[in-house]
Amino acid sequence: MQKKSLFKEFSKGIIKENPVLCLVLGTCPTLAVTTQASNAIGMGVAATIVLICSNAAISLLRKVIPGKVRIPAYITIIAGFVTMVQMLVKAFAPAIDEALGIYLPLIVVNCIILGRAEMFASKNSVIPSMVDGLGMGVGFTAAMLLMGSIREILGAGTFFGIPITSGFMDPILVFILPPGGFFVFGMLVALSSKLSGQKKAAEDISCAKCPMNKTCSKVNGEEGKCNG
Amino acid sequence: MGNMLTVSSSPHLSSGATTKRIMLDVIISLVPASIAAVVFFGWKSLVLIAVCIVSCVALEYICRRVMKRKNTTGDLSAVVTGLLLALNLPSGINPLIAVFGCIVAIVVVKQMFGGIGNNFVNPAITARIVLLVSFPVHMTTWEKPFEWLRTADSVTGATPLAMMAQGDKTSYLDLFLGNTGGCIGETCVLALLLGGIYLVIRRVISPIIPLCFIGTVFVLSFLLGGDPLFHIMSGGVMLGAIFMATDYTTSPMNPLGKVIFGIGCGVITVLIRLYANLPEGVSFSIILMNILVPHIENLTRTKPFGKEKKNEKA
Repeated sequence: MQKKSLFKEFSKGIIKENPVLCLVLGTCPTLAVTTQASNAIGMGVAATIVLICSNAAISLLRKVIPGKVRIPAYITIIAGFVTMVQMLVKAFAPAIDEALGIYLPLIVVNCIILGRAEMFASKNSVIPSMVDGLGMGVGFTAAMLLMGSIREILGAGTFFGIPITSGFMDPILVFILPPGGFFVFGMLVALSSKLSGQKKAAEDISCAKCPMNKTCSKVNGEEGKCNG
Repeated sequence: MGNMLTVSSSPHLSSGATTKRIMLDVIISLVPASIAAVVFFGWKSLVLIAVCIVSCVALEYICRRVMKRKNTTGDLSAVVTGLLLALNLPSGINPLIAVFGCIVAIVVVKQMFGGIGNNFVNPAITARIVLLVSFPVHMTTWEKPFEWLRTADSVTGATPLAMMAQGDKTSYLDLFLGNTGGCIGETCVLALLLGGIYLVIRRVISPIIPLCFIGTVFVLSFLLGGDPLFHIMSGGVMLGAIFMATDYTTSPMNPLGKVIFGIGCGVITVLIRLYANLPEGVSFSIILMNILVPHIENLTRTKPFGKEKKNEKA
């Protein structure tokens, strides 16, 4: 019973709740570093390690951290792990560090990591939290690798730095530029929601499920625009 | 008895203007420029125009089919997009690159946003910009006019705007007739003006946007120390102002909005030409103003006659 649910925690991050393609979290590094497949893997692995460690630490401390200051506490924990990862990358893979640039330290404020801390690790025990972190990390890496591969092959004509389309196709530069990143991202989100068959029902965006519905003047029967 | 009375809301008179008729007029107005393109740059331009039109229509058909929407290839709007895109390309370009441009124009810009009337930027301009960004070398390799008659090999030359940057000047007559390097449809000012006059006479376009656009380029380039006649006759100003900036979907509806739109296009064009890294700024000016159109519409909304004043702020 427990094994099955652990597997579920792991696999949900890859497809059903893929952080990038379904939850649309962590789009900043996704768009910025996926110009090459190797960057995407580097970023994905770094984020996964931070995600597993921070989920474990936050899960262990979840009864100690007071609710009112939980976000600063989470950020501090995450920042600690990010600093470690950054130092390791700088020491052992300086090329990746150079390619990722500012986006490596920015893992601290990555929505996926803070989101999983808030949504999962603060409510579950250590092992499921780590598995959740691993699943989300793998999902993040897979989505970034997919985007990085598409953008690198079409935009630079190479895959992991190896030229593959030279001779029969000129690289379409726009794909490694920011507009191409948004374009590929939009296409992948559309494709994944088409494949997973999730049709957002109208009630999903109605006022009843809106997080603002307790304070929103529209629901409370007053004239005015929706605050959300 | 019920069939004898037709009850409907106004308007009750129809001018007979349909999307198809308007698109046909635009195509007719582009014929002189297309002929000029073939005369100056040879059969390659004809192939380019054909490839663009055929692939645009085919892509529109496939898109509507895949998206399970009504087939709209009959309204000729895809033909216009293809023709405009072709006229915005250099003659020596690989037709496959042109097909990629058609995919951007029809699939991405037009159909993914809902088809005709729903695109927020001009498809042909966007496709041109995507191609320019993606294939900077191919898109700026210009062939000299009439070289196709003399040699089999293509001889490349600079556009008047690029030559201006190096201090060379092109004569006004060459500019007016189109005897210069450039995109196949943008060089011949005479042919473009003929098409523009036809569109205005047929009341397909209002002359406000082209006049404001070209007028602003003229005045501003003069004020900033450029040669105003040269600036309005070189590059894509004529083609852009007459055919691309006047696209119904992506330009404001009422006259004041059109004035703002035209002046904005002109200002951005001149600023890019004189102060930016690129020699030409027409396409970027149009796409930037396209994006601003909803805000221009909001600012220039006309007040209905007799509307109560106290409701104005609501």
